[in-house]
Amino acid sequence: MSGHIVTVDRIACDGFGTCAQLLPERIILDEWGYPIIDPTPVKGSEHQHAKRAVNACPRLALKLVKAPHDAPARPVAQRR
Amino acid sequence: MTSTTRPAPTSGSGAISPRLLGDAVGVDLGKHVKAFGPLPSQHKVKRGHAGPLVAEVEASGLAGRGGGWFPTGRKMNAVVSAAGASRKDPIVVVNAMEGEPAASKDSVLVHRNPHLVLDGAVLAAQAVGSPVAYVVAHRGSRSVGTLERAVAQRTGDPVELRVLSAPARYVASEESALAHFVGEGIGLPVTVPPRVFESGVRRRPTFLSNAETFAHIALIARRGSGWFRQVGDPPQPGTMLVSVSGAVAQPGVVEVPTGTTMRQILGLAGGTTGSVAAAVTGGYGGAWVSAGAAIDLPFSVDGLRPVGGVPGAGVLAVLPTDACGLVETGRVVQWMAGQSAGQCGPCRFGLAAVSQDFAMLAGGKLKRTGLGALEKRLGIIPGRGACRHPDGVVRFAASALQVFGDEVQRHLSGQCSAGRRTFVLPVPAGKVDLPVARPGEEWR
Repeated sequence: MSGHIVTVDRIACDGFGTCAQLLPERIILDEWGYPIIDPTPVKGSEHQHAKRAVNACPRLALKLVKAPHDAPARPVAQRR
Repeated sequence: MTSTTRPAPTSGSGAISPRLLGDAVGVDLGKHVKAFGPLPSQHKVKRGHAGPLVAEVEASGLAGRGGGWFPTGRKMNAVVSAAGASRKDPIVVVNAMEGEPAASKDSVLVHRNPHLVLDGAVLAAQAVGSPVAYVVAHRGSRSVGTLERAVAQRTGDPVELRVLSAPARYVASEESALAHFVGEGIGLPVTVPPRVFESGVRRRPTFLSNAETFAHIALIARRGSGWFRQVGDPPQPGTMLVSVSGAVAQPGVVEVPTGTTMRQILGLAGGTTGSVAAAVTGGYGGAWVSAGAAIDLPFSVDGLRPVGGVPGAGVLAVLPTDACGLVETGRVVQWMAGQSAGQCGPCRFGLAAVSQDFAMLAGGKLKRTGLGALEKRLGIIPGRGACRHPDGVVRFAASALQVFGDEVQRHLSGQCSAGRRTFVLPVPAGKVDLPVARPGEEWR
């Protein structure tokens, strides 16, 4: 299913890192343990994994939301 | 910095007679009415309907003077629409907090013509259908007492005016933090969306802007949008207050048309004291520009863009050639890292790391690999906080690496070309603590 993106509530996030383990294809952690998320819409095949990561977040900070109209079609920054 | 204020001269160097700072009448309402005329009357609006003033503000091209330069009329219309959709009366909030250490324009404006700010608050509240306007200043600042005395002089205002004093923290004047403080008494940024214009104070649509913006609204209501557009850079017309500091003869606040060149602004501040290398534009979440590249550019959103500068909150701080831009940046970044509320990891830990990197760089102890790590950190922090505080600090730090590129190379080999051992940029005194835990009572 397209048209959805993964986002995180930055205030709620405590850097548990569960998301990066469950959804490594879209989420990596920075050097402090906080998620860097691919801003492009979730591909159909990834949707199930994304949902699982959202449900597993211990802080309920990770979200799968409808992409805003200005969501980038490709990554805006080089992923590291 | 000292807060001397001079009205702009009426001739020469492109300056015009001041609008906001001209007739400094203080808290005396009678004198204010004599100088600026009585408060224009407006009809009460129905919820979800904008008063005629909103269209006038939109036609004027007024843009927010707190740093964002967002079109004020468009923001007011968005608040009105949100009020209609949510069936909640909106709220108006005036930000007179002046969190920028290098700025003094809001306190100078409040001191000289507080009733212009209050008129603007009342008029804007009426026009969007808000029953109350909150005016918020830093706790312990002179502005709180001035505003309270000015409000006490006013009777018969069609909306209620309330003066609040908020914690004197940098991010407490960020818009979601300020709406949070007015509603719940906690001056911490909150996660957006929803944005403040649709759900701000007590979840009501909230029109929040800088004190200077409201003072302009008070004059647009009296003199019209055509008058407002007579001066300034057409995309963001009118006059603006600029807080000039650093290597100038008379640091203080000047009022100039938007798009006035930096050279002219520095002239109004008594001229530079010796040769200058660079300048901070906008504020400590703004950007460095090299003096040579920027001196004859218009001080406006479009004018400064080619060199990466921003008018921001009207800060212009000039660095003399014998000072070290990296040392100055290191001091500012350390203070700004300490101003993080500590709510979001990338801001709390990221800014602390950048601050440490800059301290090493300033001291000539950073190696080339360390510079690479710093650049990588600057690349991954922006856009990853609830508010824009980390983005601003990163922009400021990154602009320093660019503008002082030659000096970076010298520092990597343990040298520094600066002769001066005193600091130029104002950084608030006191111990700077990095946030060590989630914020608590100090934000109430």
